[in-house]
Amino acid sequence: MADILRLEAVSKSYNVGTPIEVEVLHAIDLALSAGEFAALIGPSGSGKSTLLHLIGLLERPTAGRMLIAGQEIDALDEARMTELRGRTLGFVFQFHHLLPEFTALENVMMPTLIEAGRYSRAMRERGKWLLGKVGLGDALDKKPSALSGGMQQRVAIARALAMNPPLVLADEPTGNLDSHTADDVFALLREFNREEGSAFLIVTHDPRLAARCDRRVELMDGRILTNAV
Amino acid sequence: MPFEWILALRFLREGRMQTALIMAGTTVGVAVIIFITSLMNGLQASLATRTLSTQAHITVRAPDEAPTPVLARTGDSAVLAHLEPRVQRLRSIDQWAGVDRALALLPHVVDVSPIATGSGFAFRGNASKSIALMGVIPERYARIVRIADKLTAGQFRIAPGEALVGIELAKDLGAAVGDRIRIVSSESREDVFRISGIFDLGVKDLNRRWVIMPLRSAQSLLDLSGGVTHLDLTVDDIFLAEAVASRITSQTGLTAESWMAINTQLLTAFKNQTMTTRTVRLFLVLIVALGIASVLVVSVVQKQREIGILRAMGASPRRIMKVFLIQGGVVGGSGALLGSGLATLMVYGASFALRQDDGSPLISGRIETSYYLTAAAVALLTGLLAAVAPARRAAKMDPVEAIRYG
Repeated sequence: MADILRLEAVSKSYNVGTPIEVEVLHAIDLALSAGEFAALIGPSGSGKSTLLHLIGLLERPTAGRMLIAGQEIDALDEARMTELRGRTLGFVFQFHHLLPEFTALENVMMPTLIEAGRYSRAMRERGKWLLGKVGLGDALDKKPSALSGGMQQRVAIARALAMNPPLVLADEPTGNLDSHTADDVFALLREFNREEGSAFLIVTHDPRLAARCDRRVELMDGRILTNAV
Repeated sequence: MPFEWILALRFLREGRMQTALIMAGTTVGVAVIIFITSLMNGLQASLATRTLSTQAHITVRAPDEAPTPVLARTGDSAVLAHLEPRVQRLRSIDQWAGVDRALALLPHVVDVSPIATGSGFAFRGNASKSIALMGVIPERYARIVRIADKLTAGQFRIAPGEALVGIELAKDLGAAVGDRIRIVSSESREDVFRISGIFDLGVKDLNRRWVIMPLRSAQSLLDLSGGVTHLDLTVDDIFLAEAVASRITSQTGLTAESWMAINTQLLTAFKNQTMTTRTVRLFLVLIVALGIASVLVVSVVQKQREIGILRAMGASPRRIMKVFLIQGGVVGGSGALLGSGLATLMVYGASFALRQDDGSPLISGRIETSYYLTAAAVALLTGLLAAVAPARRAAKMDPVEAIRYG
C-alpha cells in the first residue's frame, strides 16, 4: 500500500545557532502506510510531541526529508502547508480544544467550514452522521461546557474526521479520561480506522492501549528504538 | 455567511459582557461626538443668526478714494512725498443698477438690497437728535433685515412721506406712530415724515439712530439723485460670506465687507469653540479606539488555544486576522448605528432643554446627515484600526505554543 507518511533522516533542533542549541530528534526514519493504525510510545521528553508536531505540519524539520500524501514538505510555502494540513490531517489532542462558543455540531463542521468558507447541507449531514457515530446524536446543539470530558473528546474525534482525512494524529487522546471512558474513545478511533480507512498515529503513555494498535513505534531520546509490527 | 464572519460574530455574541461594555462605550462615544458637534454648530448658527438679524452678510460700497500723488516716480529718481489721506465724501456706487443685477447672479448670494445712507438730524418740537438715514426699497430690504418682525408699534409700510424709527429715537423725540418728524440731512436738505412704525432691533445704538425711509426720499435728502451708497447682501451659508466678499471685490473693484470682517471677535470666538470641539472629538475617538483595542487584545489572549486549533485545522493567519478585524469593524459599526440613535434623542432633548431669552429653542432638534455619516465612518475606521494590533497578534500566534499548554 502507498505510504501516507514518509520521514527520511528527519531531525529537529531548537535554538539553532545559539549556545543553547539542542537537537530533540536525531535522523528519524519512519513510514506509515495508508490505513495503518500505529502507536507512538516513549517516556516523557523522548520527543514524541515534537515528532507529532512535525508530522502535523505545525513545525518544520531542521534537516531531512518528509512526505505527506506524496507531497514533499520542503517545497511548500506557509500557505500551501496550511492548506495541506487542513485537507490531509485530522487532529485529536489530549485537551480537546473545542471552541466553547460553538455547539458540538458546529465544532465538528469547523474543519470543513474552514476549507469551504461557508456552511453547506452536506457539511451538516456529515457532522450529524459523525456525532451519531460517536454516540452524541442527541447532543448536536450542546455547547462543549455542557458535555462531560469523555463526550468532549468524542466530539473532538468526530471533528478530526470531518474532512475524512487520510491521516489522523492523536496526542494522548485518552490522557485525561478514566480507564473506562478511555477504552470507549480508543474503540471509536479503531472503528473509524476500519470504516473510513484513515491512518492513525496515536501518541500514548498507556501500554494497554499501545498493545491494541497494529504497530508500535517507540521513541527514546529522540531516536526510534523499536519499530515493531 | 463566510467563515470569518461566522467566527467573528459568534465570538462577539458569546463574549457577552465584554461585547456589551465596549459597544456601550463606542455608542456613547459616537453619540457624544455627534451631540457636541450639533450643539456647537447649533449655538454658533443661533448666535450668528441673532447677530446678523440686523446686519447684511456682506456690504458692498464704493471703494475709498485714494490720494493721487502729484509727482510721479520716474526712472531712478526718488520722490519724498507726504500723502494726506483724502476726505471720504458721500458717493454713489457707480452704475449700481448693473452691479445689483450682477451680484444677484453670483453663487451663494440670496438677496441684494440697495441702500442710500447718510447722516442727518431729526427734529420734533424742541428736540433734535442725530440720526442715520436709511433709504431702502422696503420689500427688498425686508429680505435682509426682517424689520416687520421687530416692530413694536405701527406697521411695516413706507409709502412716500413715511418713515420707520427706532424705539429709542421715538422715546427721545416723544413721538408715537402717526406723529410727524422733520429730517435735515448733512447736505442741509429737509423733509417731513410721518412715523408709520417703531422698531426694536435689540441694539440700542441702532434703535437710537436708524430712520428707515423710502429710497427716493433718502436720495433727494442726501443729494444722490438716483444713486445708492451700499448694496446689502445675504448669502445661503453665512460662513462663506468672507469668500463671497473677496470674490466681489476682485470682480467689481468695489469694497465688499463680510459680517466676519466686521465682527472679528465673534468669529474668533467661533474659531476657538470649533477648535475646542475638535480636540474633545479627537480624544473621544482615541478613547473609543483604546477601548476596542483593549477588549480585543484580551479576547485574543483568552482565545489562544482556539486560535491554535483553528490554525491546526487549516485556517491561515490571514483569515484569523480577518476574524478579529471584523470584530473591530462590527463593534465600531454598531456603535455608530446605536450612537446615531442616541445622539438623535440627545439633540432632540436639548432642543427643548436649551432655550433663548425669548423662549425659542437655542438649537434645532435636527442633526445634519453629514454628521451621522462622518461619525459612522470615523467609528468604523476606528474599530478597524483598533483591531489591527490584536488581529496581528492573533495571526502571529504559534499554533504549537497554543496547543501544547492545554
